[in-house]
Order: sequence, then structure tokens, then C-alpha cells
Amino acid sequence: MICLGIEGTAHTAGIGIVDDEGKVLANAIKMMGGEAGGIHPREAANHHVVEIPIQIEKALEEAKMSYADIDLIAFSQGPGLGPCLRTAATAARSLSLALNVPIIGVNHCVAHLEIGRKVTGCDDPTLLYASGGNTQVIAYAGGRYRVFGETLDIGIGNMLDKFGRESGLKFPSGPKIEQLASNGGKLIDLPYSVKGMDVAFSGILTAALQLRKKGESLEDLCFSIQETCFSMLVEVTERAMAHVEKEEVLLGGGVVQNKRLQEMVRIMAQERGANMYVPPGKLCIDNGAMIAWTGIIMYRSGVTMNIDDTSIRQRFRTDDVDVTWRE
Amino acid sequence: MAVLRRGAEAELHDGKWLDRDVIIKRRVPKGYRHPDLDSKIRAQRTKNETRLMVDARSKGISVPIIYDINLSSAEITMERIFGPRIKDLFNELPEEKAKELAYDIGKLAATLHSNDIVHGDLTTSNMLMREDGRICVIDFSLGEKTDSIEKKGVDLHLLFEAFHSAHYMREHLLKDVKTAYKEHYKEAEKIIQRVKEIEKRGRYT
Repeated sequence: MICLGIEGTAHTAGIGIVDDEGKVLANAIKMMGGEAGGIHPREAANHHVVEIPIQIEKALEEAKMSYADIDLIAFSQGPGLGPCLRTAATAARSLSLALNVPIIGVNHCVAHLEIGRKVTGCDDPTLLYASGGNTQVIAYAGGRYRVFGETLDIGIGNMLDKFGRESGLKFPSGPKIEQLASNGGKLIDLPYSVKGMDVAFSGILTAALQLRKKGESLEDLCFSIQETCFSMLVEVTERAMAHVEKEEVLLGGGVVQNKRLQEMVRIMAQERGANMYVPPGKLCIDNGAMIAWTGIIMYRSGVTMNIDDTSIRQRFRTDDVDVTWRE
Repeated sequence: MAVLRRGAEAELHDGKWLDRDVIIKRRVPKGYRHPDLDSKIRAQRTKNETRLMVDARSKGISVPIIYDINLSSAEITMERIFGPRIKDLFNELPEEKAKELAYDIGKLAATLHSNDIVHGDLTTSNMLMREDGRICVIDFSLGEKTDSIEKKGVDLHLLFEAFHSAHYMREHLLKDVKTAYKEHYKEAEKIIQRVKEIEKRGRYT
């Protein structure tokens, strides 16, 4: 069985083609560039309208396939920005009807976890999912992927981008902040905001921007933001791991590309005798392959959807998904 | 000094302090954190936990007596309670005694919350039975001084959950917990209403 997956929750139009053994045959990704920074939902949707057909062609070419080889269409049903989701869903419905193949809507966060399990070989991990819009710690318990901790306000990536934008860095700011941080070394006091298993970032953003105005060096601020925010993420991940007694930690989302974050998670895992798993970069960021793969395992476990069931879900919660494909 | 328990954040050791049996709770350094940030956080949390315990005690709630704190090593030296955990005891008690205990648990939660103390992990695993029959509350490490209805709701939700899981055979006594909670806390209705909302959200498992 060959599945074509369409990702379009935010700024990325991604098309993936995956077979039923989880082999990624194609993974075409086009991210919207923003001059002013940030994502305007309508502009992102317009970007996807143009890019999805182009990326489908690219993916088919990469996989050396034609439309006739596709047996299943999967798409990102949520959570995400409404206009973007609607564009991806419309593309998916059209393809499904035109090719006369089944369609499946996939939860974007669950897809990050499933592709990670598939390609890194971990079995029952706690996922630290850190991206622009999402920041969650997810683990499997009682037939569902439960959110054990999450951001109470903005996603970690969103925080980095906002700080970057205000400080004159281009979007996406994460890699630039990482680079600047490597030249900083003074730890500046920022609010460390862990509430039980949850985290919050907006206070750190405000504090960092004020300190920047007062003349603190950008390098030291980037360094301190990374040290503080990533410590918070690692701490709640460790708490969740202790709670569910799982010894595997999986990373997902664009922000986990950051080497310092990876290093911190690795140390935490080592100190508690656990293992860390990181998927290759193109499968960490938003991509269509993870949607395609999750579509396949859902379909195989008996999930079917009519066109009526494919309405988008902007606030689709990770723990709303009935995980029918795991014991 | 042996390690009795190791959590995500701290280790519990047993020991002696002026010939008394004590527990030493030590927040261990985390290698992933910047050393300055690490010692700051560990000291802050040690202080916060101690403060909450002293606060709770001053409101008549039984907690382990604190003998010493050391902020640089992030250690709290406190009384060791030998009594059984309510979690283990509750199901074994005869019906009448269990009913009384359920009432006491509800009253305990009410006393904490009416004084704006949120425990953070208010389960029967964190309650021990003293020899004199009082319930001793332990582990305030996730606690907070706050008047937030949401946080009190989550606190109470966790407690109710225990009656659906660990104490499912005594689930009917949950009403005694609620009765006591309402009798001893005038904002109780608001919090119980919030618990219902939290249950619907289906988080905090």
C-alpha cells in the first residue's frame, strides 16, 4: 500500500509518499518564507494553494510514481491554522475523489510521534515535541497519547521567533539564536517558569526584550534564553518519564534541531539510564511523510473516514485520538 | 544513609539528627542545567517547599516537623513518619473507620484550600497515618500558595481520581470526602464545579 500524505497545519506545505513498511519514498517540503516574520494565516494558505500541487508533482517524481500508484490519501486534520488546514484538506479531498482512494485525517502531533517511533526504532517513548506552535510532552497511556505537560501560553519556537523579530533577526530565528548563543556565556537571570508538568514562555520573552532594551548583549541573552527555556523543557520531560516509567525519550518538532537542546536531553537521559532518539531533520520538522505513515497505520487498524468526517479541527487535541493501532 | 526513594527531582535518605529518626530530602543537581541556574532552582524550591510546610502546620495540618534546611545542598531534614500510607491503609479498614477517614481527608483538603495552599500532588500516597490518628501530609514539592480556582480544582481532581482507581472498592465514600470539603470550605462549590470541567477535559491523568 502506498500513501500520499499532505501536511499543511502552518507555514509548511509538505507532501510525503510512504509505503506500508514505513519506507519514505518521497518527502517534498516547502516552507513559506516571511519577510516581516510571523505567519499570516491567509498568506500561508495562499502559499499552500500554489505549493501543494507543485510539491505533489515533486514528490511523485522523487518516488518515481504516478497518481495511479497511490492507494490512500492522508492529510493533517489539525491542530493548526484554519485557512492552512482547509487548503490541505481540500487538496486531500480532491485527490481522494479523483483517484477514488480512501482518505484519512491525521492528528499532526500524533504523526510526529509515530514517524519518530518508526524511523528511530524506539518502542514506547515519551515525546518532547517542540516546534513553533506546539510544545508538548506526550506519552502513551491507557489507549491514548496523553499530554503530560505542555505550554500554557505560546510554543517555544514562537517565543524564539518573537524574540528574534524584535531583535532584528530574520525568520525563523531559532538557528540564528543558536549561533549567537554560542558566542555568549553570561547567564542572565530570566523567569524559570515550570508549573508542575507545564511550562510558560511569555514571561521570559517580555523579560528578555526589556533586558535587551537596557543594553544586555544579544549573545548573552540568546545564551540565557536557551539555557533557561531548554532546562524547563528537559525538566518536564524528565518528570513525565518518571511518572509513566518509560526509559525512552524521543524528540520531534523543528526546535529539537537545536544542538544544545539535544545535548541537554542526552545528559538527562544518561543520568537516568534512558535512551534518546532523534529522527533525521526532515522528519523532525513539519513534513508530509509523517502524515502519510500515520495514515497507513490508522488505515491498517481499521480507521475509515467519509468525506463528511474530514472537516478540519483547528484545536484537535492529541489526547482526542483513539489510538486503535497499538496494544 | 540509604536512599529510600528516588524521584525525578529529589532523593529521600534516612538518617539520624540529634538521635531522632529523620528523612533527608535532597534535590539532586542536574547535569543538563547550567550550574548557576541549577543551584538557584534547587535552593528556591527547597525554600518554597519548606515555607508551605510551615504554613500548613500553622493552620493545624499535620506535616513532618522540619529540623533543618540547607539551601546550598538543597536538603531538608525532617521528622520521619513511620505510619502507613493512607493509600495502603484505606482499603483495609472496616467500613465505619474508612468512612471517618474519608471525612477527615475531605476536611484536610478543605483546610489546605481555604488557606490558599495548593499541594500539587494531593493523593493518598502523600498522606501518612500518625500514631495519634491524625493524617500527616507529605511532599509539598509541587505545591504553591495561590487562590487559583483552577489549581485547587486540579488538586481536588487528583484526590477524587484516587477513589476511582486505587480505592475503587471504596468509591462510594467519595461522597463523604465531598461532604467534609463542603462543610469546611465556603468556596467548595466553585472548586467542585471546576473539577467537573477538568474531568471533561480529560487531562491530568
